[in-house]
Amino acid sequence: MTRTLVVWCPDWPVTAAGHSPDEPVAVLFANRVVACSAAARAGGVQRGLRRRQAEARCPGLQLAVHDPDGEARAFEPVVAAVEGFCPRLEIVRPGVCAVATRGPSRYFGGDDALAARVTQVVAHVGGRAGIADGPFAAELAARAGRVIPKGQTPAFLSTFSVDVLERPDLADLLHRLGIRTLGAFAALPPASVLARFGADGLCAHRLASGGDERPLAARIPPPELDVTAELDPPAERVETAVFAARGLAHRLCDELSARGLALSCLRVEAETEHGETLVRRWRLEGATPLALAERVRWQLDGWLSDAKPHGPTAGLTLLRLAPEEVLPDEGRQLGFWGGDRALDDRAARALLHVQGLLGPEAVTTAVPTGGRGPAEQVQLVPWGDAPSAVLGAEMSGNRTFLRQERREGPSPWPGRVPAPSPAVVHGNAIRAEVVGERGQPVKVSGRGDVSAEPTKLSVGGGPWTDIAAWAGPWLVDERWWDPDAHRRRARWQVVTVDGTAHLLAVEGGRWSVEATYD
Amino acid sequence: MLPALVDLLPEGGLRRGSTVAVSGSTSLALALLAGPSQAGSWCAAVGLPSLGLVAAAEVGIALERFPLVARPGEEWPGVVAALVDAVDVVLVCLPRHVRNGDARRLVAKARDRGAVLVTTGGSIAADVRLSVASSTWEGLGRGHGLLRARRVDVVASGRGAAARERRLSLWLPSPGGGVEVFARSVVEGATDRANTAVG
Repeated sequence: MTRTLVVWCPDWPVTAAGHSPDEPVAVLFANRVVACSAAARAGGVQRGLRRRQAEARCPGLQLAVHDPDGEARAFEPVVAAVEGFCPRLEIVRPGVCAVATRGPSRYFGGDDALAARVTQVVAHVGGRAGIADGPFAAELAARAGRVIPKGQTPAFLSTFSVDVLERPDLADLLHRLGIRTLGAFAALPPASVLARFGADGLCAHRLASGGDERPLAARIPPPELDVTAELDPPAERVETAVFAARGLAHRLCDELSARGLALSCLRVEAETEHGETLVRRWRLEGATPLALAERVRWQLDGWLSDAKPHGPTAGLTLLRLAPEEVLPDEGRQLGFWGGDRALDDRAARALLHVQGLLGPEAVTTAVPTGGRGPAEQVQLVPWGDAPSAVLGAEMSGNRTFLRQERREGPSPWPGRVPAPSPAVVHGNAIRAEVVGERGQPVKVSGRGDVSAEPTKLSVGGGPWTDIAAWAGPWLVDERWWDPDAHRRRARWQVVTVDGTAHLLAVEGGRWSVEATYD
Repeated sequence: MLPALVDLLPEGGLRRGSTVAVSGSTSLALALLAGPSQAGSWCAAVGLPSLGLVAAAEVGIALERFPLVARPGEEWPGVVAALVDAVDVVLVCLPRHVRNGDARRLVAKARDRGAVLVTTGGSIAADVRLSVASSTWEGLGRGHGLLRARRVDVVASGRGAAARERRLSLWLPSPGGGVEVFARSVVEGATDRANTAVG
């Protein structure tokens, strides 16, 4: 049983979003509250509430968007401060990190002295430190800000509710069986727990009795599993390093899966031109290449965008991913309704190859977003980046955008161009000219009055064609509150005699072809 | 394959390893991709920076399985070759001049890997050629209404099983969205009879 110190920062998403605990703030993801500040909690807000419910319970509630990348980045200085006196630190998730106390507490004169020192350096973000036997108990101790003496962990745990096991189904069942505390659960014989609740139940039982979840077979792997990438020229920008890291993550996962191993703790190492070495450990369960690459991206983001005292002084020249602990791989659960994983992996590899040929931004996928014009209704995201992160950045701090359902398709967007949508959307709108019956240019006034009926169209300085049918103008006045993004234009649909349909726009008296119904 | 397009292709669908050249309509090319995409296949588009992705989603393409390489530049044969290896249907806008060797290699690679190459622009030795003979929009008047539906006459020709010319009138899109058959006529030789049959 390892004595463990856990640093726990309460409501980290709120702190990372730059709010103090005294403000009523809720952090939302998919319209549900994922974290809230102490003031909001006092007002009755809980995790899992819908946005409307939360706002109803706590008037004046401020909303923030869940941003895992930002949280990880903001946590980096805290980790750096704690690492000042404890080596071999592991980040459990943004807001929580753990460290084995055996060495440090001897050096600093006991667990109490160590906890006091750590508490002091993390006090500015409201962090607390706790020490107990095993990380699970230590996290609970950190919430209480206590140091549990050696051997008293089971007694400390026995009063907690079974809900703290973070297994909602099991907790619900236990409540109905009348087993409400960890003490009562731990008192059951392990064999019966295994028979009734399965392997996961036994794992929970081990936690409840003060044991460790994963001493199972964790071992430090032989060093040849490390994967390394030399970066030449040195990577100054996060994107460049992340691109290399993604390839490494795939290689590492392939290496491990070829040996039938799964990763449980990852070490990210980087070296800079000036010979600095940066090392961080991340704990993760069931690592897929994507999850791995995401952790590395958070870490590199933290390092490269960090302020100077902790951050590197030059570009990164070397990147190494090393498996710190591995477990035997117990196999991957395939989707219940089928789905060809091998096919997806093959496509992913090919796209990675194309990214290698042309650069990471060359391969994109489209994510539906809200908007009125055909070009605004989708956003192109570099392939492999989490679309939610892009949406989050787009929507940060803007309540109007928060109201939009992210997955269920766009809100009404009054004034949007109706379906069917054009199959060709000109990235740079093509200049066009439209004239009336007597050859005079057609103008649209600010109130939408048209000077003449459009009869002839010329696209890009080409020959004139007669207009067979038309509708418009549909006035759009967008983002009038923002002087830079403000646009006023009038849209038209036009069909020429040769059967081509265009979506035209007039902006500032100039006509252009926005899209073609090809 | 979308049911409306079954009669257009010689084997009732996109045969693995074949090349289809589409001219005259981007929507038609997207409609070809929609069927496989709905069935769970991966599709990709190369060299189409101005593709209307909302239209792609409307016709039924799953955007999360539809990666785009908008500007492959000079590297396009390499990019297409890499994608043909792993993706079921690749939509390529060919540059104006395609080197014979490149075209032959890509067609051979698609045949070897069992992928389907759908091309627009340029010219390539395709198994099936689809071209739009005429298209008529409905729903728009002089100063009122909006574009609702389009009738297109598609001509399919090619070599081998596709040598017999086929003509099909489609709603692309139909008034209710989607692709539907307007009227069909399979013609051997005589185009005049087809026109009377349609009319």
